[in-house]
Amino acid sequence: MKYVDEFRDPELIAGASREIRRLADPGRHYRFMEVCGGHTHAIYRFGLKDLLPENVELIHGPGCPVCVLPMGRIDDGLFMAAQPDVIFAAFGDMMRVPGATGSPLEHKARGRDIRIVYSPADALKLARANPDRHVMFFAIGFETTAPSTALTLLRVRAEGIRNFSVFSNHVTIIPAIRAILDSPDMRLDAFIGPGHVSTVIGCRPYEWIARNERKPIVVSGFEPLDILQSIVMILRQMKDGRAEVENQYARVVPWEGNRAALKAIGEVFELRPYFEWRGLGFISQSALRIRDSFAAWDAEKHFLTPGVRVTDPKASQCGEVLKGVLKPADCKLFGNECTPEHPIGALMVSSEGSCAAYFNYEHRKSELVTVSA
Amino acid sequence: MTPVLSKIRFRDAQIEMAHGAGGKASRRLVEGLFAPILFEGSQDPLGDAAFVDVNGSSIAITTDSFVVKPITFPGGSIGELAVNGTVNDLAVSGAQATALVVTFVLEAGLPTELLEAEIRAMASAAHRAGVVIAGGDTKVVEHGKGDQIYISSCGVGHRISGITISPKTVRPGDRVILSGPIGDHGITILLARGELDLEADLRSDTRSVLPLVQAMARAAAPGIRWMRDPTRGGVATSLNELVRDCGLGAVICEDKLPIHDAVRGACELLGLDPLHIANEGQFLAVVSQEYAETALDALHRTDGGEEAAIIGEIREQPAGTVLVSTLYGSKRIVDMLVGDPLPRIC
Amino acid sequence: MCLAIPGQIIEILQERDNLALVDVVGVRRKIDVGLLAEEPAKPGDWVLIHVGFAMSRISEEDAREQMRLLKMMGEHAAAMEEITGYGLDDSVARGGP
Repeated sequence: MKYVDEFRDPELIAGASREIRRLADPGRHYRFMEVCGGHTHAIYRFGLKDLLPENVELIHGPGCPVCVLPMGRIDDGLFMAAQPDVIFAAFGDMMRVPGATGSPLEHKARGRDIRIVYSPADALKLARANPDRHVMFFAIGFETTAPSTALTLLRVRAEGIRNFSVFSNHVTIIPAIRAILDSPDMRLDAFIGPGHVSTVIGCRPYEWIARNERKPIVVSGFEPLDILQSIVMILRQMKDGRAEVENQYARVVPWEGNRAALKAIGEVFELRPYFEWRGLGFISQSALRIRDSFAAWDAEKHFLTPGVRVTDPKASQCGEVLKGVLKPADCKLFGNECTPEHPIGALMVSSEGSCAAYFNYEHRKSELVTVSA
Repeated sequence: MTPVLSKIRFRDAQIEMAHGAGGKASRRLVEGLFAPILFEGSQDPLGDAAFVDVNGSSIAITTDSFVVKPITFPGGSIGELAVNGTVNDLAVSGAQATALVVTFVLEAGLPTELLEAEIRAMASAAHRAGVVIAGGDTKVVEHGKGDQIYISSCGVGHRISGITISPKTVRPGDRVILSGPIGDHGITILLARGELDLEADLRSDTRSVLPLVQAMARAAAPGIRWMRDPTRGGVATSLNELVRDCGLGAVICEDKLPIHDAVRGACELLGLDPLHIANEGQFLAVVSQEYAETALDALHRTDGGEEAAIIGEIREQPAGTVLVSTLYGSKRIVDMLVGDPLPRIC
Repeated sequence: MCLAIPGQIIEILQERDNLALVDVVGVRRKIDVGLLAEEPAKPGDWVLIHVGFAMSRISEEDAREQMRLLKMMGEHAAAMEEITGYGLDDSVARGGP
């Protein structure tokens, strides 16, 4: 696969791993946060921790749109799915996320019309094919995904389609990073920046992290070599006493981002004054709602949702794990009450969730590899 | 026998699609509800087939049912799956199918033309697999209460001479052989449903694996310890079942896994793990180290076995766990499938 | 947080919605290229695909440059390992990027 396989080259990976070991000062402990859940997934899937020295620790960040969604939003969406003639369309990622009354998949088993789509464009196709039904698209995602929802709504308006609406749960990454940095119990040395979000927002929005917080941030791709090279770039910055925004993923990420995508977002969405994040609480200006000019397609206006707020199960420590304060296995419920099969928190559902990634790829491994090595 | 007192461990409140997906939930249902009540007298209730004594001779018996949407797809159809699937369950249990009986559950309104096509597909699959369809039964359900055709099939066979399959005979150092490329069937079906709007030149791999098993048995029978066809839940689920049953571990080399480009592409695009995708014409075998190369050679020299590969080996540790080792020396755990494989965007 | 994958544009489709047929190692899908509005997509272009939309064009030149740096890094790390113990200061010996 072009642009994939060359970035999984074993020899170059060994070289990058050696360079990391050489650059890392054995006398200190490094804590780097990979902001994006896609990186978390890649780190586990490719077993990258095995290639890092022990003193380079990767902390999993909040960039998993499914994980940060408060449970009440899922229940709101399922309330919409229960209305007459509604088709509930969502990405496969949402299907196993538990709401207070069960997950979308469980609601489907009870007879609700719940469909998995690969693209918001496919949800629109469903609306065109079912003119006597109402298709509600449960939109999730950071700035990477928001433009596709926006473009879909622009097309819907242009075509005058009436049986389609979007339940916007789009969130923005910068306020979440700020919330993490403001968190008193958090000590981080640098950030591995979210590559795919940056195709849209570019690299400038991170400049304050380098300038004000004096922390390096390297926008990174998702292949093993991308992540290792980003760690090398961070270590070099630290060694030189620099704190800069660097773009490791230049083959995909333009420094200025994607103007057409930003324009589409701006036309359709506006910032919510505040939005609740699971684990991080209310964060101001951190999510996107649909502008009044698109009110006819805003599911929150179309349906009178109860707007339920559901508190997370008391014993679960999703918030601490999400902020990187706790490791997944340190949560009291991890692997006992909370497993990928019977998840209590969303971090155990999404393949990007650090608990699921840890459970699926790493759990028990640490005690095992020493034996089998 | 007091089956009513058996300990029931199945606590799920209702049946979900995941209970039929072949992964963890399926296993929990079978082990936690069916086995303790229903299969108490059986030696190996969770194997692909069971051997029973009938008047002093050992007969292999298995049953399987087929529910697939769409009923025809590139490379096959539900009728062909039903015959091959049953023959394969027997083959990987070390038995050659002799006869099948089949039950059709038909939905009212099903065009005869479609039914006839499936019956013909079954006849020709049976002919190719060298098995007789000895009889059958038909039921019709109301329109809207079924998905066109469901087929249930029961097969009997006799032991292929010289091989005894049991996870208990598996030893550290044994090799894991895979008969060919993985994921073709599952991805073909996923694309054939049309919901994802993806196209690829892929065909289901449905076929009888009996000729391959026979070829391997002729060359390396004493070394064959265990076999399974990695259908729903894929290679990952079958191997996890093995390590749990034998109390050992398995390490698979990622770069040794045969896989077609389009399957890889679809998996990368949809965020799926090819190790969890269903196959209908492949089998896994654990063969002792000394017979592994001979067994592989025999597969390579048999039609349809050209892409067979030794994909890994059995280790003492980590017990109960399947590890995948990457090209660059790192390792990750691969678990059973949880629920259905769902396409993801994150 | 977003699964995205490189694909190559085979054909620009003359339907509504700015669609293009894209190939990902033998898997084809109609992809919306409306977000590449600034410089219209053409057959042969490599794009990054997320939820059925092309997010960005992949730069062959930047990819090549990255590979060059990675190769240098590997050689450099190996060379540095060979001379460990010579007492050379790393900041002097470092020739890599």
